[in-house]
Amino acid sequence: MEQTLLEIHDLSVSFRMYDRGFEQTDLQVIAGLSLTVYPGEIVAVAGSSGAGKSLLASAILGILPSNAAVKGQLLYKGRELTPALQKQLRGTEIALVPQSVEFLDPLMKVGAQAEGHSRTAGSADKRRELFRRFGLPDGTEKMYPFQLSGGMARRVLVSAALMTDAELIIADEPTPGMSLDQALEALKMFRELADEGKAVILITHDIDLAASFADRVAVFYEGTTVETVSASDFKAGTLSHPYSKALWRALPQNGFEYERK
Amino acid sequence: MKKLNQRQKTVILTVIMAVLLTAIYVCGALIPDEAVNGSFLDAGQSPSFAHPFGTDTLGRDLLLRTVKGLSVSMTVGLAASVISGVIAVLTGAAAASGSRLADSFIGWLIDLVMSVPHTILVMLISFAMGRELKGLLIGIAATHWCSLARVIRGEVLQLRDRHYIAVSRKLGRSSAWILAHHLLPHLTPQFLVGLILMFPHAVLHEATVSFLGFGLSPEQPAIGIILSESMRYLTAGMWWSAVLPGLTLVLIVLLIDKLGDCLKMIIDPYTVQE
Amino acid sequence: MKGTVSRLIRIFFSYGVRLVSLLLAVTVVTFALVSLSPVDPVQQYILGLGAAVSPEQRAEIEDYWGVNEPPAERYLGWLSQVLHGNLGESSLYRRPVADIIGERFRGSLALMLCAWVLSGVTGFVLGCVMGMYKDRLPDRILKKVCYIISSLPTFWLGLVFLLVFSVQLGWFPIGFSAPIGVLDSDVTVGQRIYHLLLPAFTLSLMSFANIALHTRQKLSDVLGSEYVLFARARGEGEWTILCRHGLRNILIPALTLQFASFAELFGGSVIAENVFSYPGLGSAAAAAGLNSDVPLLLGVTLFSALFVGVGNMIANLLYGVIDPHIREGER
Repeated sequence: MEQTLLEIHDLSVSFRMYDRGFEQTDLQVIAGLSLTVYPGEIVAVAGSSGAGKSLLASAILGILPSNAAVKGQLLYKGRELTPALQKQLRGTEIALVPQSVEFLDPLMKVGAQAEGHSRTAGSADKRRELFRRFGLPDGTEKMYPFQLSGGMARRVLVSAALMTDAELIIADEPTPGMSLDQALEALKMFRELADEGKAVILITHDIDLAASFADRVAVFYEGTTVETVSASDFKAGTLSHPYSKALWRALPQNGFEYERK
Repeated sequence: MKKLNQRQKTVILTVIMAVLLTAIYVCGALIPDEAVNGSFLDAGQSPSFAHPFGTDTLGRDLLLRTVKGLSVSMTVGLAASVISGVIAVLTGAAAASGSRLADSFIGWLIDLVMSVPHTILVMLISFAMGRELKGLLIGIAATHWCSLARVIRGEVLQLRDRHYIAVSRKLGRSSAWILAHHLLPHLTPQFLVGLILMFPHAVLHEATVSFLGFGLSPEQPAIGIILSESMRYLTAGMWWSAVLPGLTLVLIVLLIDKLGDCLKMIIDPYTVQE
Repeated sequence: MKGTVSRLIRIFFSYGVRLVSLLLAVTVVTFALVSLSPVDPVQQYILGLGAAVSPEQRAEIEDYWGVNEPPAERYLGWLSQVLHGNLGESSLYRRPVADIIGERFRGSLALMLCAWVLSGVTGFVLGCVMGMYKDRLPDRILKKVCYIISSLPTFWLGLVFLLVFSVQLGWFPIGFSAPIGVLDSDVTVGQRIYHLLLPAFTLSLMSFANIALHTRQKLSDVLGSEYVLFARARGEGEWTILCRHGLRNILIPALTLQFASFAELFGGSVIAENVFSYPGLGSAAAAAGLNSDVPLLLGVTLFSALFVGVGNMIANLLYGVIDPHIREGER
């Protein structure tokens, strides 16, 4: 059996909410989620928006807010992903591509932000090369986030992740706002990385994209992955869970149907 | 259930503090002037059982003077806060009345009040009024209304857009009727909270201005006066005349502050959430 | 870059117009107030001199205050004198008010500058500590301290410091800006600083809580933002986040607030100068008021309004410099 890059077993994330006064309630956002990622593949985590998919990324990186409680087992290359290990891996072996311009410091030029806090002599050249590949015009590095279009901001964010030599890239909705060419370029780069033996987790609400570019698709519903199937099975419609079937039928080429009950 | 307890606790605490403050106030007001007059035989005594706060250079008991002074300060503070509150409501409501001219004029007026340091402005007003109680009251009242006026303005602007106000207007109610029946009930809690928050500031300001010699006359037993007298005897080692009355003032101010927070929690529980 | 300059010039002029209107209004209000007062500046001036006053002097002073003219003309006459730099002559010090203000302001400026820097730095640092440890023990303790200190009367705090550090411990002088009996020209810088420390410390205590609580709130907003979440995801430690994102986003707002608080600073210096017998504008203002020295009181009031206005102007300009939305213009 091949060595897994990331294994998630029975992950639960809940938030402790304080009501007015002293009553507290636990809000469960992820429950009993399992996912395995092998080197060299792109795994899509697909599901409707606002379902806690982004929190999965935070949980893997260990950057959940302090009122969150995490249960379950996380293994990175077979080692248990402790907070200390997470801290060591953040930005070195695991990189995040966040979803919007809000994740850029409004008062820092984007070039410096893409290069990151631990820049070395070669950082600027590497960043320039990445910006060029993504078709970001010269001078973009001197701009402030508010001057970027949504698509430009996403390309900057992808560049920031690709600056590192991460083994695992978690991309949270990386493509909306990009033109088709730019999105394809980004996805092509993810594929190249996967071919180099790295892995990409693609968090998306775009089922079509997930089915076309990922090797496997994990269908995310109500805080958990209801099933994980290969992309070819997904395209063929060989699905078992009713929610996955509904998602599949909602694809344009399948006639935009949605489940009626 | 715990929430109710928390609220009950707040109510009980509020009542205790209010009773305490009232007691100090009434005690101060009831102490006759003669009781404060001391004899020179007792002059400059350090705190003892007979005189817990010691005596001053004229032999007057400092505890009695302090309590009496506090009640004077509280009266001045309360009166100034109320005048200031009324100014705030009038200007705040006028600013939100819909006329842009009125709004920008009141904004400018607030900037004007803010453009002279308040200590200087109170000194000037007190000077103009002949350095007595009247000047002190007007001075403090004239400098404390600005932030509450801004709050009231915001509140009225929000209320104006509500449906029931528009309906009332359509029904042909006059502005005055709407003000009395719809706006005032909503503004009252804001007004009270603003008033209570202003109160400790007004008391402190009164003490400061009296200390500088622009407030109450030197015959009055105000805290500011006591402390200003104590300054002259600081090097003579009469530490008690500076420390104890001042400390009492601080405790009273903190008490009023806490009382304000509690009342705010009771009157207006939604804005307390930080 | 060119855009920045023109934008700043625009802010300068738009706030400048407002400032001029406010200062004019201040002259109207202050002149009206002193006219209301029972004190007659002409009588007050002559009072101290007795028979020594010559008819020419008398005519000159009556001319300055526009005796026997209607109020509006008296005001306009006085205003034009003020605009020409003639603030009148102090009846207390028997010298031109402008000279006294110039001389006293140097003392006040040293005091206020020390307190301003001290309160700004300590307030900012404590605010950062509170923000970093929000809702944990250091934050809860410091927040209490801030609330208590901000409700202490400055003059009493000054009195207690004087009592403890000067009278009891003898570490600091009782007051004044220089040792008594030493000629002004012989006073060393060291002596001046020594006399300045305690009043400046007292004054700074009055305002550090404000800046600390403001910084705390701003920093906790920044730390809860998505860009800090991303910074964490990229492996930045808490210290790196504070230096790389925190300071960048909170330093200038804090500085702006410091400049906008010149009114409190000046008001506080009046109190501190009186407690510590420190010869500055504040003690001059109190002495003028107590001794019915109308021209000096008017002069100091106008000067304080100008001082506050300059602070607000700097705050407005700073605001225009920092915000890249304003600086670079929207695209």
